[in-house]
Amino acid sequence: MIALKNISKSFGDKKILENISLHFQPGKVNMIIGASGSGKSVLMKLMVGLHLPDTGSIEYDGQDYVSLDRNERSEVRKQIGMLFQNSALFDSLTVEQNVLFPLSMFSPGSHADNIKRVNFCLDRVGLANTNKLYPAELSGGMKKRVGIARAIVLNPKYLFCDEPNSGLDPLTSIVIDELIREITQEYNITTIINSHDMNSVMEIGDQIAYIYKGRKEWEGDKATILTTDNQLLNEFVFATNFLRQFRDKSR
Amino acid sequence: MRFFFHFGRYLLLLKQLFKRPENYRMYWDELFRQMVAIGVSSLGIVIIISVFMGAVTTVQTAYQLISGLVAKTVIGAIVSDSSILELGPTITSLVLAGKIGSSIASEIGTMRVTEQIDALEIMGVNAPGYLISPKILAAVITIPMLIVLSITLSISGGIFVGDLTGILSAQQFIEGARSSFLPYNIFFSLTKAFTFAFIISSVSAYQGYYTSGGSLEVGQSSTKAVVYSCILILLSDYLLAQLML
Ligand SMILES: Nc1ncnc2c1ncn2[C@@H]1O[C@H](COP(=O)(O)OP(=O)(O)OP(=O)(O)O)[C@@H](O)[C@H]1O
Ligand SMILES: [Mg+2]
Repeated sequence: MIALKNISKSFGDKKILENISLHFQPGKVNMIIGASGSGKSVLMKLMVGLHLPDTGSIEYDGQDYVSLDRNERSEVRKQIGMLFQNSALFDSLTVEQNVLFPLSMFSPGSHADNIKRVNFCLDRVGLANTNKLYPAELSGGMKKRVGIARAIVLNPKYLFCDEPNSGLDPLTSIVIDELIREITQEYNITTIINSHDMNSVMEIGDQIAYIYKGRKEWEGDKATILTTDNQLLNEFVFATNFLRQFRDKSR
Repeated sequence: MRFFFHFGRYLLLLKQLFKRPENYRMYWDELFRQMVAIGVSSLGIVIIISVFMGAVTTVQTAYQLISGLVAKTVIGAIVSDSSILELGPTITSLVLAGKIGSSIASEIGTMRVTEQIDALEIMGVNAPGYLISPKILAAVITIPMLIVLSITLSISGGIFVGDLTGILSAQQFIEGARSSFLPYNIFFSLTKAFTFAFIISSVSAYQGYYTSGGSLEVGQSSTKAVVYSCILILLSDYLLAQLML
């Protein structure tokens, strides 16, 4: 379980995040939604330790990440997998080498075992037989899949996805979303997704937090997100026609 | 002020290179890849510039010494000494700064702006250690070798062109070279080689590592890497000459 307590963060004198507290449960897809520039990516970078918060604590199973020393932090990091917005695959390595990388670095297993695990993960994300391709030869959706395979290859307890379906067509988005949900449930991972795509939220979101200008404005599940009377959240959720019609029909 | 900011940050980055590798084999493999990327792939350009350096210096020295009073062997002495002391280490390093420096800075810079460095960090890999130390080590191993090669080829180029154009015979050249040879000069030259190799690789890595923005900034970082490497090479060239000669 991950718990954020009173997280604040400024860059210079610009306040980005203010007093955010959140809980994330294992086996659940937790979504953080909000407009562009609201601070979602910064929040995620704080959680995975790429930035440190100015105040507040980030607890992984009760351990405050912020107060850990370097070695303890790197132990926590080994339990984290992350899918980046633009996939962040290593350009100079093939698909197989990309997924193999964390294993070769950290797993004591033999090379043959590691390759077996790589093939299993690639197969799991639907990318068997692409082992020898380079990232430049892949489509955006395939890159995301490789990113997911690389993120789960070490059996992480926590999976972070920053806008997993940005830049993808609606169909591919759904496929990637479903993949993330299945993996979350199959391996009982605590998954956290940044998104501004309401389709994804309605599709796979178990717990949803809405960030507005660096503050947590609302928190709940998808049953309540359509019926809430929170003004700011309503503006965000019903910015698309489709959902507005959906709501009006069900009233 | 800017200078102190960058210098401090540069030292802090270097400090991070000394953390224990997560997995020695991965670092070892990377070292060999970098030795190929930095050393082997620079062979061609080093061969070409070195031969021409020696040849041109021979022709020009002969032109300047056009007097019957000076023995022809002096040309051999001048060309071989300048190859060892300056042409081999400094000119070669300046050229390598352009080739290796820009490629190191743009490789690391691209990894920075496309979040590949963040990805490494999240895996629990010490990104500066894994990305930068094999490059510095590879540079410090292979660049001095390239410079020894460059000196040899520069002198050979001089001998060849001198003989070919009838400026002086190969025997005269070698006789002159031997008469002025000092083993200390080789030591001095290698000291320069190691220093320049370290400057090129570490300064370029620094520029790449602290790139922020997009592909435009990657280009700027790689330009800065070359410019600062060259300036620092020339500056330390002067300082080493003051200190050691
Ligand atoms: N390293 C940084 N230094 C300074 N400011 C930053 C930094 N990273 C982000 N910001 C600022 O923080 C604010 C929030 O950015 P963030 O990337 O978290 O938004 P976001 O919610 O992820 O938006 P999007 O949906 O477009 O990805 C922005 O105003 C951005 O300029
Ligand atoms: Mg973002």
